[in-house]
Amino acid sequence: MGDRVQTPSQTVGPFFHFGLEYDGSAQVVPGHYPGAIRLHGTVFDGGQAPVPDALLEIWQTDAAGLVSRERGSLLRNEFAFTGFGRAATNLGGEYAFTTVRPGTGFVTVAVFARGLSHHLFTRAYFDDGTGGGASDSLLASLPPSRRSTLLAMPDGDRSFRFDVRLQGDGETVFLEYS
Amino acid sequence: MATQQVITEEIRRIETDAAARVQGGQSPEVHPRRDYPPYRSSALRHPTQNLVKVDPEEVERYSPAFGHWDVSPLESDLTIAHRGEPLGERITVTGRVVDGDGRPVRGQLIELWQANSAGRYVHKRDQHPAPLDPNFTGVGRVITGEDGSYRFRTIKPGPYPWKNHTNAWRPAHVHFSLFGSQFTQRLVTQMYFPGDPLFALDPIYQSIVDPAARARLIGTYDHDTSVPDVSLGYRWDIVLTGPRSTWLEPEHADG
Repeated sequence: MGDRVQTPSQTVGPFFHFGLEYDGSAQVVPGHYPGAIRLHGTVFDGGQAPVPDALLEIWQTDAAGLVSRERGSLLRNEFAFTGFGRAATNLGGEYAFTTVRPGTGFVTVAVFARGLSHHLFTRAYFDDGTGGGASDSLLASLPPSRRSTLLAMPDGDRSFRFDVRLQGDGETVFLEYS
Repeated sequence: MATQQVITEEIRRIETDAAARVQGGQSPEVHPRRDYPPYRSSALRHPTQNLVKVDPEEVERYSPAFGHWDVSPLESDLTIAHRGEPLGERITVTGRVVDGDGRPVRGQLIELWQANSAGRYVHKRDQHPAPLDPNFTGVGRVITGEDGSYRFRTIKPGPYPWKNHTNAWRPAHVHFSLFGSQFTQRLVTQMYFPGDPLFALDPIYQSIVDPAARARLIGTYDHDTSVPDVSLGYRWDIVLTGPRSTWLEPEHADG
């Protein structure tokens, strides 16, 4: 086609739910799956208000650190781990996934929203590396105040909180892939 | 709320400034600006810190393995989801998805959603008092072919009002969601129709400040895709980033 410049992004808009959500989209695994955890949080805007029309996608390895090639992300069954999940925020700006702790130590997150013309990538890490866990060059490269925005913090039995701040105080570190 | 005239003046000022930067030697901006004041709801929803450059990790160089058993072939025809025919102008939208090196993006998922011919979405928060169509939902999926091709049958969506400013109307568009072979290639965008009189007035479309970049979102009327006595045809090809090719964002972009 000759022209190989990227096609530009546009906002997901406010009315994506009927087009992108599907049964089980936020259940990367069912709740009774061995090692199942909840990964949840709130998306905030620059005025510290919750964002009720954001969409988050996660993509991750399994607990052993392997990249799944299993099909079935759109038609869930109780057994296949596909590594992909999608969750819209509710009116309180909250989202929640059921998944497993990835063997690599992080989950890749894509954030879409009304008002956001081009999605944002980030990562949710389950270990900051200071306790002798997996070290990561990205975390190591960030000042502590910014590093903490990438940490999914335990907040209950098998539950981890990862808030996303689009702007301002505590703004989440967003990524640009080289 | 601002008038259209105020919004249009803001749009023109930003475009003039962007054009001067390109004249000054900067690369044209490929993607919309996340910080684009005429699109009012971008104000509190764009990061103010620079994005942090990283090399993709192994998992990020893969995509979810969507496949033909996730998606029925019937899902690419939005006109047959109900008992009756939807109202509106029947169209075919077809094209190819390629990566930055021109290679076909094979076996990947495309999702599509849109308003009906009256400009109304099947969404409980859509307050536009245009009629719903009992024979049209406006959701489709397809898996790209070996050559990266896709084809949807649908109806042409209508323009609709929104609350960015007084008398704000979105040009007719179809929302597209695409996956490449790597998660870093993820793209959500909108396809528009040629000749829409609302282009110059729309801050979402104009948030792509480079005219050539904006034009990449407009499908082309393709008479060979039109089906005699049935429907009109549009072609729209899509280019994803990479893999491994650099993001073509301007090197000196400020913000």
